[in-house]
Amino acid sequence: MEICRRKNQIELSELDPFLAELLRQIPASADPGGVPAADERLFSPPTDGKEAEICAEWKLYVQPELQRLFQTATQTVAADLEQLNGNEKSFVNRTLRIPSKHAQAWLSALNQARLVIAAKNNFTETELNDHFRSPIGSRRDLSLFQVNFYGFLQEFILRELES
Amino acid sequence: MTTAEPTIEKEARSEEDLDVPWQVVVHNDPVNLMSYVTMVFQRVFGYPREKAERHMLEVHLKGRSVLWSGMRERAELYVQQLHGYLLLATLEKVY
Repeated sequence: MEICRRKNQIELSELDPFLAELLRQIPASADPGGVPAADERLFSPPTDGKEAEICAEWKLYVQPELQRLFQTATQTVAADLEQLNGNEKSFVNRTLRIPSKHAQAWLSALNQARLVIAAKNNFTETELNDHFRSPIGSRRDLSLFQVNFYGFLQEFILRELES
Repeated sequence: MTTAEPTIEKEARSEEDLDVPWQVVVHNDPVNLMSYVTMVFQRVFGYPREKAERHMLEVHLKGRSVLWSGMRERAELYVQQLHGYLLLATLEKVY
């Protein structure tokens, strides 16, 4: 895979089918899917629990807004990812172009996905810092690779936003 | 490694507001990238990069950092913004 900036786009080229599939999974991975740990991580309480009134108001008024914010980001990413649809079974390498104006939505969706995957798998800090673990093995290893791959993309997008 | 203690922004308040101090606290999270957390502090609080990095390192090394203190309404707004960026943030009364 190659990643570079071209005019007003971030271009991911030479995407092999495996990485293309991981990218296609971003919106689905960002969905907590009713798993309480994932839900709690995306919608964390605004206080340490001592302020019940604030927490209740937060659930009522702020949480729906956050939900909309997160959903808008994943929808933007899902629309960009449509470039990868069509020949999922092909072994030809693909190219994905992300408009720079969508960079913030990508950062959010990638972050949602990383947090949800980490919460669902209950990854430890040691596991998350092990960047050399092989993706070939268990489903858990694959999920960890996914978290690290999405983190790599986040780092690149952040650098692009700074430059 | 030693890091300088980050300074905490304090809002100027009128006398009647002085009895309601709240602080915005960001907690450590092993998933969020350090560079991402720094960017969020710059965006939400308008901090220069060096100051944002000091707070990020405090979160990373000490588990939490107080980013701001002042009126409850504004503290809530900051926490909402931080949650929008998926950071673990809470507001706390300053006792």
